[in-house]
This record gives sequence, C-alpha cells and structure tokens, in this order.
Amino acid sequence: MTVTRRSGFGLGVAGAAAFAIAGAMPAAAEWKPVKPVEFVVMAGQGGGADKLARFIQSIIEKNKYAEVPFIPINKGGGSGADALRYLKDNQGNDHVIMATLNSYYTTPLRNPGIGVNIDEFTPIARLAEDTFVLWVNSNTDIKSVDDYVKAVKEKGTAWKMGGTGSGQEDSLVTAMLEKAYGIKETYVPFKGGGTVAANLVGGHVDSTVNNPSEAIGFMQAGKVRPLASLTAKPIEELKDVPTFKSLGKDLVYRMQRSVVAPGGISPDVAAYYVGVFQKVFESTEWKDYCKKNALQCSMLTGDDLKKYFADEKASHEALLKEMGEIK
Amino acid sequence: MRRAELIFAAILAAFSIYLMYMAQIPPLQIGWVPKKGPGSGAAPFWLSAGMLICAIWIFWRGWKGATPQGRSTEPFMDSYTTKMVAVTVGSIFMMFLATHFIGAYAAMFLFLLFYVGVFGKIPWPTTIAVSIAIPVFIFFLFESGMKILLPKGMSEPLFIPLYKMFVY
Amino acid sequence: MELLSHLMDGFSVAFQPFNLGMMALGCLLGLFMGAMPGLGSVNGVAILLPITFFVPPTAAIIFLAAIYYGAMYGGAISSIMLGIPGASTAVATTFDGRPMALQGKADFALVAAAVASFVGGTISVILFTLFAPPLADFALRFGPQETFALMVLAFATFVGLGGDDIPKTIFMILLGLVLATVGLDNISGRPRLIFFDLQGFYKGISFIVLAIGIYGIGEMLWTLETSRGKVEIASNKFTFKRLGEALKELKRAWKTMTFSSFLGYFVGVLPAAGATPAALMAYGLAKSFSDTPEKYGKGEISGVAAPEAANNAASTGSMLPMMTLGIPGSPTTAILLGGMVIWGLTPGPLLFIEQSEFVWGLTASLYAANLVTLMMNLALIPLFVWVLRMPFMILAPLIFVLCFVGSFAPDTRMFDPWLVLLFGFVGYVMRKLDYPLAPLVLAIVLGPLAEDSFRQSLISDQGDWTPIFTRPLSGIVMGCAALLFVAPMLKGMLRKNKAKAASGEQS
Repeated sequence: MTVTRRSGFGLGVAGAAAFAIAGAMPAAAEWKPVKPVEFVVMAGQGGGADKLARFIQSIIEKNKYAEVPFIPINKGGGSGADALRYLKDNQGNDHVIMATLNSYYTTPLRNPGIGVNIDEFTPIARLAEDTFVLWVNSNTDIKSVDDYVKAVKEKGTAWKMGGTGSGQEDSLVTAMLEKAYGIKETYVPFKGGGTVAANLVGGHVDSTVNNPSEAIGFMQAGKVRPLASLTAKPIEELKDVPTFKSLGKDLVYRMQRSVVAPGGISPDVAAYYVGVFQKVFESTEWKDYCKKNALQCSMLTGDDLKKYFADEKASHEALLKEMGEIK
Repeated sequence: MRRAELIFAAILAAFSIYLMYMAQIPPLQIGWVPKKGPGSGAAPFWLSAGMLICAIWIFWRGWKGATPQGRSTEPFMDSYTTKMVAVTVGSIFMMFLATHFIGAYAAMFLFLLFYVGVFGKIPWPTTIAVSIAIPVFIFFLFESGMKILLPKGMSEPLFIPLYKMFVY
Repeated sequence: MELLSHLMDGFSVAFQPFNLGMMALGCLLGLFMGAMPGLGSVNGVAILLPITFFVPPTAAIIFLAAIYYGAMYGGAISSIMLGIPGASTAVATTFDGRPMALQGKADFALVAAAVASFVGGTISVILFTLFAPPLADFALRFGPQETFALMVLAFATFVGLGGDDIPKTIFMILLGLVLATVGLDNISGRPRLIFFDLQGFYKGISFIVLAIGIYGIGEMLWTLETSRGKVEIASNKFTFKRLGEALKELKRAWKTMTFSSFLGYFVGVLPAAGATPAALMAYGLAKSFSDTPEKYGKGEISGVAAPEAANNAASTGSMLPMMTLGIPGSPTTAILLGGMVIWGLTPGPLLFIEQSEFVWGLTASLYAANLVTLMMNLALIPLFVWVLRMPFMILAPLIFVLCFVGSFAPDTRMFDPWLVLLFGFVGYVMRKLDYPLAPLVLAIVLGPLAEDSFRQSLISDQGDWTPIFTRPLSGIVMGCAALLFVAPMLKGMLRKNKAKAASGEQS
C-alpha cells in the first residue's frame, strides 16, 4: 500500500515538473551537444555522489536519452572546491555539467579563497534528496530518543558521535541535534559514510547520523538501531521510526542531489539538459533506485530550483555561523 | 658536487622554514587543542621543523665531508648533462605550454618530432612514423577506450568528426 | 562439505562460456590498464561499469573483478619495465624489479611478478572461501587506534629500506608526510599549505603525480645522464628455456611468497589498510628475515615476488569488507560496491546468505581469473621485452608522453602535469645528491591515513593517547612495530661485530 502511495506521489511531482518545463521544451530541439558532455562529480571515485552520478550516466546511456556520451569526471578534491572552481573556469561552456551535493553550499562559504559564487551557475534539475537518521549500536539499551538524550547526558562529552569530515553534512546535523536537546558530544570525523557505519558496528563510536542507504544493511542484520529520522514525513523503508518532528523538535535536514551547469550558457542549452534529466527522473530505473536507497525523489527545475538553492545556501550560512565555522 | 650538496641543503632548510610559516597561518593551530589532540597545523608544522633539523644536519655533514658528495670535487653537471637536462626539461615544458593553446595531440606530435628527430638523431622516416603513431595510439586508448578527454585547445573543431566516429 | 558444494556451484557459474569470455576479456583489459602509468583498475572499472548493465549481474561482477585482478598484475609491468610504479601498490615492486630489468633480466622479473601474483591470488582466494564471515567480524574491531598502530608498523618495516645516509632518509620521510598534508584537511575541513594561493593545491598532491614526476621524469633524466643516451637493456629473447630458468630461480623464493600472501590477505581485510602497506610490509619483512639482505634493492628476485604476492592477496582481501560490511577498501572496490547496489544486490552481512549464487560465482571466478591472468601474462612477456628493445631515444620520449597523459588523466587537469615536471626536476637533483626517493613516495601514500587515524583516536579518547598502546589489538600491533624497529639495528650490530671479528682475524 505504501508503495502505491509513494509512486503516486512521484508521478504527481514528475507531472508537475514536466508541465513546468513544457514551455521550454520546443527550444530543446534547437540545441544539441556536438561532443561528449563532461559530467563533473563533486566527490572522489567511489563516494556516494560518484555512485549516483555513474548510475545516472548509465541510465542515460542505456536508454539513449542523449545523442552523446556523458562522461563522469571526478573532481572531489578539497570537498568539491576543485569541481566548483572548474565549473567557474568553464563559464559559457555548453558541454560541462556538474552533479552536486551539499558541499555545493558549504565549500564556497568555508573557503572564500576559491572565489566561487554559486549564484552564478545555471541550475538544471534537482533529482532527489537523501535523508538522515540517528543510529545507535543495537547492543545498547537505547531504544528511543529520550533514552539517547539521557545516555548522552550521563556520559557527557565522552559520548562519541561519528560522521564525515568537519563542516560536512553529518557535523551540521550533529550540531543541530546538540542544540535542540541541549547536549554536548565529541564529534569524530571519518573519511566516508561507509566507514562511519562500520565504526558504529565495531563499537568505536556511540552513535551516527548515517544516510539510510549506508546503514540499512547493518540494520537488517540486527547490528544497528534507528532512533529517529530528520525528515518531515516518516521514511517508508523505516516506517516504525519516528521523525524528530513528531517528537516535538523541528529537526529536518536533507542532502540534495542536483545537476547544475556553468553560468553564461544560453537558455536553449539549459533546456536541453533539463529535458535529459526529466527523462532520467521518469525512468523506472531511477524510481527503483530511489526506493531501494530510501531517497526522497522529487524533481525541481528552473526558478523553483534557483529559489531552493538560495534558501538552502542561506540556511547553511546561518548554521555554519552558529557552529563558529565561519564569521 | 660539494657546492651543490651544500647549496641544496641550504635551499631545503629555507623551504622547511617556509613550510613552517605556512603551517601556522591562522586559523591553523600548531599546538595541542584540549580534548581534541593536535590542531590542524600541527602535523605540517612539527614535521617541517624536523625537516629543518635534518637539512641542517645534512649541511653540517656535507661541510665536514662526511658524505661522498661533500668530498667530491667533480662538477655537479658536466656540459653533456647540462645540455641534456636543459633540452629535456625545456621541451617537456614547451609541450605542456603548447597544450594550453593547440591541444595535447598537436603538442605531443611536435614534442616527439623534436625530441626523437632533432635531439635523438633518429632517421626522419622513423621519427615521423613514431610521432604520428604515439598520439594516435593515445587517442584510441584514452578517448575511445577510457573516455578520458585530453585538452584540445584551439584544435577542438578538428576532433568533432572523430568523436562521432570513435568516442560515441 | 557444504562449502565445497557451494564452490562447485560457483564453478559451474564461472565456467559458462559467456562468463568465461567476459573473464578473459576483463583480464586482458585490466592487464593493459594496469601497465599504463596513471591508469589503473579504478579507471577501468569506472569506465566499464555502465557496459555491465547490459549483461546479467554475475557476468558483470566477474568482468569487473577480472579487470581488477588483471590491473593488479599489470601494475608490476610498468614498475619493472619503465621504473614507474603505475599504482601505489606497485612501488615496492620497483625496488628490485627495475634493477633486474637494467641487468637484462626483465623477463625474469616479469615471470616472478606473474607467478607471485598467482600464488598470492590463489592463497588469498582460498582463505577468502574458508574464513570470510569470521574475518569480517574481526575487521570490525579495527578502530582508529588500531589503524594508526598499523601505519606505525608499516613505517617500521621500511626503516631498513632507505639509503645509508640517515639524515637524508629521515628528511625524505618527513617531506613526504608534509606534502601529504597539502590541501583541505579531512578532520577540520580547513585548507593547509596552499602555496602561492594556487587553487590546484586545494585538492592536495596525489601519490600518482609525485610518483610519475620522480620516477618517470627524474629517474629518466638520471638514466639519460649516466648512459649518455646509449642505454642498452640487453634482453634475451624470451624462450621456454628462459622461462624454465626463471622458475628455477624463483623456486627459492617460495617461502617468501607464501608468507607474503598470508600477510597481504590479512592486511587487505582490514578496512582502512589495503594493498600498499601490505606490499610494503611484505618487502620489508622479506628483507629483514633474509639471509642476504644486502642483495635486496640490487635485483633480488624475492624482492619482486614478496610485494607482488602481497598486493594481489590484499586486493582479494579488500573484497571481503566490501561484500560483508559494505566498506570499500580501495576506490576500485568502492565502484564495484556501487555497481552491486545498482544491480540490486545489497552488500552487507546478509549478502552471503541471500545471494549465495552471486558470492560463490564470484569466488569461483576469482580462482579462474588468477589462472587466466597468469597465462596471459606469461604469453605477453615477449611483447613487453620487445618494447624494451626499442632505441632509447624513442623509448624515453614515449615515456615522457605517457607521463604527461598519465598524470593528466586521474583528475583531468593541467595542474598535475606541471607539478610532475617540477617534481621530476627536483627529484633528479635529489637523485644526484643521493637522497633516497622511495621513502618520500611511500610517506605520501601512508601519511594521510596515519595522521587522520591518529587524530581520530585522540578526539575519541578526549586527547588521551595511551589507548593506542593499551587497547589489546593496537597494543599488539604497536609491539610488533617496536620489534621491527629494533630488529634491523640489532641485526646490523651483530653483523658489524661479525665483520669486525672477521677482518680482525684477517689482519
């Protein structure tokens, strides 16, 4: 039953998005790429964002959504600083697009030295949002968020929260949690989400805020336990897990998975790419992928996406300021 | 050789000091952050400090003549070596520079033509064959095989029909 | 016996003609990619991943695993023939592989590498079949403290590898560690050592750029200087007789190979480590325990066999955390992991139970891929030897061009080739002044892991460093490291005494 509701929702949004870009569609036929398109990835090979980009590429290639190959290029250096800079240097280049994640906002804010302003880029499409869930090892007695807060307060700063690098998504979520519940934890940064999850299972950290896709395998094996999700609505694959919202704390955080192009490209070019990703979004492969990885998939393009980026950037700036990471 | 050993050790010492300076620019901390261990500047700073000590030690040993280089009276580079290094490094430099303008393949072709034919004195028919064969091999391996696009610069339009044939 | 029937089922999957064909193709492609400096299994697997959506998942993973395997074999080819380690896992192979090639024994070194890889691969696949699930649990017990201890152990093994000049060796290790910190700090997210505010440094200095610069350009300049442009790598024609002789010479290295395979496998299984420290430790230990350590670095066949057995064993080992825990031990396994997810397989503790056909098909194909790659490798040796007989004034510029494209490829930016040229020139000057280069290259590989795990363990223990020594596992590893530190010195002292006694008797 949940499945039908879900796909209904997906179709509804897809339909709305298709309607939104319908005006631009005829123009799409006017411009076509003449050489392979560079599909820049803001993360190194093998990371979550990379896997996603390669998956999208394979959908495009398998279903022949584009006349030319989309070639993934990893520029993961410096939390995506390399990729952002590359996009800026390719101002007006019609054959470069980039798959983004949340470091799209945070990296330019934290490193003004790279001289990138994301408002200059051309938004193409947001394809999905990944979610965050609070996890603990299942050999503890912690069964609810209340237990969790009590346990952290007892242990004080010796409580270890594992996550990805400082200033990245996991640390922001941790800061939000700490503020909402008036607790203080020791944040231990690791290299990637998979390593974080393994350290939780191995007992080297006490809790994590992994994406569901990173921890769901361990949950099925009975090694980790989800406590609550940082989403507006419960996640379908974890339907017994409450949201923080339902527990009375307004904690929502999401990781966007979008595609952007450099600034200074013509609307025809942008419309072409929107058309390609529209097809990707509507493919059955993409729908299955969303379901399997507990992604919240809804498409956003054009001005809506521009506004979305602006809002997210502002909220990240506020968050980073609060954490004392930037001035 | 002795002079080169001493001068190089001095350069390394200066470089170490520069690294130490770079590693302590705020907000990098080189000290122990309570409850967190060393700050993010600590590793580069103290390791560079170690480099400085080693560089001084190398200099001192060279001065005393404790190393073979410190005792050597041979010139650091004889005329053949100077020429060889200058030509090699210079031509590679030119190849990279040319890549920014005329693209990697044209730059490679010119580099091979020069290095094999002029500097290596290989007969011209062989030189030309090699200079064409290697870029073609690289095109097929990288562009059509591995889907890695090398920079084309202003030679880009020439490649568009080739993409159609081999890369898609 | 259940195991055996699983494996038999697996073999029936692996030996279907289509799967066998995919395997052979994968091995061949991998071999060539691995042999090319700058390209490696990671490129191959990433590029070919989409192709595999058109074939069934089992055939796809067999194909990709074959590429992975082939590339591990191929890495040695570049190390031996060109003296450029194509991947960090093959650095240790250059130590003795390159001298052998310069002595006209390139074919011997290639045979040693192929056979050792085969032994390492086979032993590790057997271990994989027997002990996958319990080892996965063991690997989970490795936290940051243990990882750091392991890095110390890796450093300890290569204390003995440097030249005789102690300050120069220490300087190079430190320089490598400092260069490894360039770029954004993983722990704090802050930029460090951005020289002249150049954007390119945000990404850091990768191993491949340093290695290509130092070995590809620096060593090549050195070779051009010492040979006056008339290098003659006198290689004999590779015949069955030569093969027999090579195998005969290799026979005395069988103990080293076996030991290195076990070592490599266990190090590979640990989530953070991977094949590079494994190969290094294998080389260091082979040298330390050898009766003739002075022969190492001058073309000792065991010096090629040890790291090659270990790195292949480790790459099989690193598939274990990938499949059972969903943690990739290397970028290549990370992409394989991505592929498995896309095919609808969920890596994790339940994979072995729910998808046993897939797991055993893969295991069986690993056995087979080993054999296929060995055969291919031996068959191709004459071709490689032929390349080495090219006139040097063609071979050298060819290597320079390969250095160029090889350093450009991983990040597709011109910044890296420019760095390669800089490192090449500085590396050449250092080479002339007898600064040992291997410690520099290895330090830049291990540096980030060592620093991160050290700081992670201090953060989790509230700034207390004692757990690194008091936690049981890391304590044991640290103890081993301490022993290794002392061993070469003790051995050296003993030998000196002996030598003194001997010379005393003579005089």
